[in-house]
Parts: sequence; structure tokens; C-alpha cells
Amino acid sequence: MSFLRELSEARGVSGHEGEVRTLIFGKIRNLVDEYRVDALGNLITLRKARVHADRPVPKKVMLAAHMDEIGLMITEVAKNGLLRFSPVGGIDPRLMLAQKVLVGDKKIPGVVGVKPIHQLKPEDMKQILRHDQLGIDIGATSESQAEGQARVGDYATFDTAYEELGEVAKGKAFDDRAGCAVLMELLKADYPFDLYAVFTVQEEVGLRGSRVAAYAVEPDCAIALEGTVCDDLPKKKDISPTTRLGAGPAITVMDHTFIAHQGMLRHIVNVAEKNGIPYQFKQPGIGGTDAGAIHTAKEGVPSVTVAVPCRYIHSPVLLLSLKDLENTVALVRETLRTLTADIIRPE
Amino acid sequence: MKELVKKLTETYGPSGFEGQVRELIAAEIKGLADEVRTDALGNLFALKKGKDSSKKALVAAHMDEIGIMVTHVDKNGFLRFTRIGGIRPLGLPGVRVVFGNGVTGGIGVEKLDDRAKVPDLDKMYIDVGALDKASSPVQVGDAGAFFQPFVAQQGRWIAKAFDDRIGCAILIETLRKLKKPQHDVYFVFTAQEEVGVRGARVAAFAVDPDFAIAIDITVAADTPECPPAAMELGKGPAIKVMDNGMVVHPGMKNWMVKTAEDAGIPYQFEVLEHGSTDAMAIQTAREGVPSGVLSVPTRYAHTGCEMLDESDVQNTVRLLVELLSRQVELA
Repeated sequence: MSFLRELSEARGVSGHEGEVRTLIFGKIRNLVDEYRVDALGNLITLRKARVHADRPVPKKVMLAAHMDEIGLMITEVAKNGLLRFSPVGGIDPRLMLAQKVLVGDKKIPGVVGVKPIHQLKPEDMKQILRHDQLGIDIGATSESQAEGQARVGDYATFDTAYEELGEVAKGKAFDDRAGCAVLMELLKADYPFDLYAVFTVQEEVGLRGSRVAAYAVEPDCAIALEGTVCDDLPKKKDISPTTRLGAGPAITVMDHTFIAHQGMLRHIVNVAEKNGIPYQFKQPGIGGTDAGAIHTAKEGVPSVTVAVPCRYIHSPVLLLSLKDLENTVALVRETLRTLTADIIRPE
Repeated sequence: MKELVKKLTETYGPSGFEGQVRELIAAEIKGLADEVRTDALGNLFALKKGKDSSKKALVAAHMDEIGIMVTHVDKNGFLRFTRIGGIRPLGLPGVRVVFGNGVTGGIGVEKLDDRAKVPDLDKMYIDVGALDKASSPVQVGDAGAFFQPFVAQQGRWIAKAFDDRIGCAILIETLRKLKKPQHDVYFVFTAQEEVGVRGARVAAFAVDPDFAIAIDITVAADTPECPPAAMELGKGPAIKVMDNGMVVHPGMKNWMVKTAEDAGIPYQFEVLEHGSTDAMAIQTAREGVPSGVLSVPTRYAHTGCEMLDESDVQNTVRLLVELLSRQVELA
């Protein structure tokens, strides 16, 4: 998956996905028959049916992967030259301390400063600092010096380099650049129906891009491709690891935003078992994905989510298994190639 | 009608898994509607054509009940679970749960460090008597519902899932009693109301009605030391004025009051501080739909011993039949 490095290091916080969109479009333009960018910035592409089906199939299938990552937005340039910020998307406040970030389109390096340990009292170490108690230091010594380099409204991203550690990849934003990578691979195959490959925007702030994209595309069914929670380190109690790294693509049965379509769920599991592709069920009741917005578009869309497990999701550094990524592509490709109309027909 | 309500409330059907309820309802309404169909989310639509097809009504009741979903099967065969819809931890330990395949389990609780605090769901588990993980008859992703028999005594009914199987029963009775409605009426038995009024949202988009009425339960404030509210058992269908998700179209509310008074049907008003209904989603579909709600006051909502008054149910049917037999008036 040669794209994963470039996708991970590209910068595109919710609402400012342009760089990611340009990167993706450059690589897939020859694989699609039609494309457009809508009002919110979704990249909606169409790969028309290229093989004939010997049984009834859906006419339009939508696949969604979101281009946006969580990050920060500069809210104020303080008098001392520090930049105040707000999180964009869900970020654990404890993760902000001492982070390296890149500010604005000019990629100005900055650090979220912390008080040195020499000056901390024991009670200080128990306190969780809120984001409005922190600041990004770009080395400016005054407000005017800072304003030359960064402005209110600028975005900041985590400064994490992509690396491969054997079968495991390390990087930022695998949620959901991993999903984007899967979708880009899937565009290389032929299907018996029109495939709408939609690279969505603003998932992290409320599934906003997919909501309008599904309204426009009006698919017969949909699959959201994601990076998902994986907390499989040893625990004291025998409770769910949510997903396990290396155990294969994680299929969502239920999360906060939707309940998977039973027929599509059964089909995906059948495909996995028939083809010997490892798979797991994501722990029900956690998180949300674009499928949440897609399944209630217009008259309803049978939907399911398939995701690559990512340790330390929504942090500056994630780990995923390249084998899981490969198996996610294999599972979804085979699911699509064997998809028939009766699978999504109302009971 | 009692037999119908017994069948409906005793059927398994948590949000997203309404198949058995839908099958039962489809059989009950056979021959009563002009067109019947199911959609992508599992909503069941039954169209009854009216004398004047220039207007369309949508009447909704939801098929789903609250429940639980298995999140983990531990090595000894105990099941960890999460909620489907508004499940409150207090009242769970000791409750029986039944799964789609008929397997029954009981909810157990870990030892409590502080007996004064109500444990959250992560301190509970379901025991189906399995010996280990491999031999568990229940898997991650399986959904469970409460398990309770229907009881009728002294004009009061007790069951689980009156929310909203009583609404479904009222719709079915209305379909039976309504010779020919004034307007085209889409009776919709919706899916997934308890997890965010999802079925109603897409059903309203599909039907694109001129007005809508949801039939659901509301709370009853006639039990010891309960939070104050106006609704009581035995005072008739509650005409909703406002709840946590919507302010009812005043024209709809007034039309319901006028009709009840004209027909001599008792009624009460409802203001609900916590909770909403399918009407919330229908009201903001497309360009907006004037929507109202008729509610059956119910004690102990979202528990295994919900209780309501038989006369309230009969009067709700009467009022709904009256409304659908007349021209809608939204002035």
C-alpha cells in the first residue's frame, strides 16, 4: 500500500481537506469515469460497471472514506506570542502536552509547551489541563512577531512521521487515511454496478460530508471504510479489547450512530469465511462513522462499516497492521464482487 | 384487542432486530390495507386509501423495544453487554433477557465496592449458563430483549414493551375499525425509534405527508413521590403539547382537542420533560410536516412491568378513528 505514507503525512483537518483531496485525486483520476467536488468539499467519483452480472445486482453502491483528520484550530494570538487553540474533532486533553505540531499551510513548527517538572507540585501532576490553559509556542516573542506567521483560523496538525516497523505501520491520521487507502485500492477492480467512491469531508465533526454526499448520490447500499478503535493491550479483567491488531478487518454491528443492515452483515461474514479472510466484530456501542449519516439519507440506505484496527486512535501516533489493511481490501473487494440485489432487498 | 396486545408485547424485537414483530403485524393487517411494503431500514408501510387522495396522512407507531447487545463473551462464557436505547442501570440486576434464537439469560453483577452507588453496565454481565466461550450459544453482536408475560387485571394491563407495542396495537385496531378514512393514510410501523427515531426519519421522507400523528406511550405521574407531570392513568389519551424533542403544531393540537370534545372522548394534555417520539423526526422531514402525538399514559416506562389503563387504550383508538374519519383542520 504505497499510498499510505503520503496519505498519512498529508495534512487535512476537518474543514480544510484540500491537500488530501488533491493528493487522492491525482492518484485515482485515471481509474474513474466521472468526478466532482461538491459544496462541502467531498470528492465524489464514479467508476462505472465494467463487468456483466449473471444475477440481479444493485445499481449504485457507495463507498465512503473520510479525508479529514482531527487537529487544532488557532483561536487567538496571545500577547506573549503563544497561540491559543481549540481542538477540531475528539482529542483527549491529556494528549496535548508537549506535542509537536505544524501550524498553517506554511507548516510552521510549534510545541505545546509544558511547565518543567522542577516547578511542579504533586497536586499539579494530578491536574488535567484543558486546551484553553495551553498554548502553541512557535518561537515568537511577541504578538506581532507571531502574527507574521500564524493567524486566528489557521489549522495545526500533529507532526508525526510515517514509519514501518515490520508488519506494523506507525503514523498520524490512519483514521481515516487507512480507509482512503483501502478505497483507492478498490478502485482498481471491476464491478457489475456503478461504484461511487466518495472521499468525504468533516466526518470527525459530525459526519457532515457524508450526509450531503449520500443525499446527492442516493445509493442502493453503502459501505463506510474506516480506521477503528483497538485497545488490545493486556487488561486486568476479561473484557472486550474492542478490536485486536492483526485479527483482520473489523465489522461494525452497532455503534452510536447506526445499526448495521442484517443482510449486508451476513453477506460480509459469509464472504470472509468462504475465502478464509480473517475478520472480527468491533465491540458494539462504541464510536460512530459515516454510515451513521448515510443510512438515514432520503428513503434509507442499507449500510455497514468495515474498518482497519488502529491502536491509539485519535492520538498523534497510531499503529496499524499492514496485513489488516490488505485483508480489509480483500474482504471488501470480494464482498462487492459477490453482492446481489436480494442481499439488500427489504425483508 | 387484549389477545393482540399480549402477542405483540411478548414478541422479541429490539431496535434493529424487529423482524419477528414485523412478521406478526404483517399477518394481523393482511387484507386491511390497499398496499403494504417494507423499506431499507425495516419500516412496514400500510396504505389505506381515503375518500380524498389530495392529502396524505402518516400515522406512526414503533415496533422496536429497548434492549441490550452482547459486546464480549469472556473465557467462562459470561456475556458483557451494552445498551440498545434508553436502558437505566438501576433495575437491571436479576432481570431476565431473551435473545433472537430463544436463549434466555439473567443479569448478574460484580461485587460492589460501594453498596450505596448504582453500578454501571460495565459492572454487569449476562449468564446463559454456558460453560465456556467456545460453547456459548450467544455471540458478540447478538441482541437481547426483556422477557415478561402480559397480565390483565382489574382494567389495568402489565407487560414489557408497551412502548411502543401498544401503539402498534392501536394502529392495527384503527385499521380494522376505519371503513374509509377521509385522506390517504400511511400507517407506518417504524423501526429503530429507541436509538434515535431513525426509521421515522426515512419513512417521512418517503411518504412526504401533509400531516402526521405518532402514537406512543408517555409517563404517568400518579405514583408515590414521582416527578410532577399532568398525565394519569384512566383520564384518556394524552394529547401532546410539547416534549424534549418537539413543540407540537398548535393547529394539530387544537384539531385533536376539538375532535375529542365533539365525539365525547375523554382526553388529557401532555408535557413531557424527558423523551420524545417518532413525531420529532417526522416534523422536520423535507419542508416540514405538521405533526401531533396521541400518547397512552404508562407507569414504569422502560421496565419489565409497564402498566397502563385498558380504557385509555380503547379511547385512543376511538380518537384516532375519529380524527382519520374527518377532514384535517390545522387553523
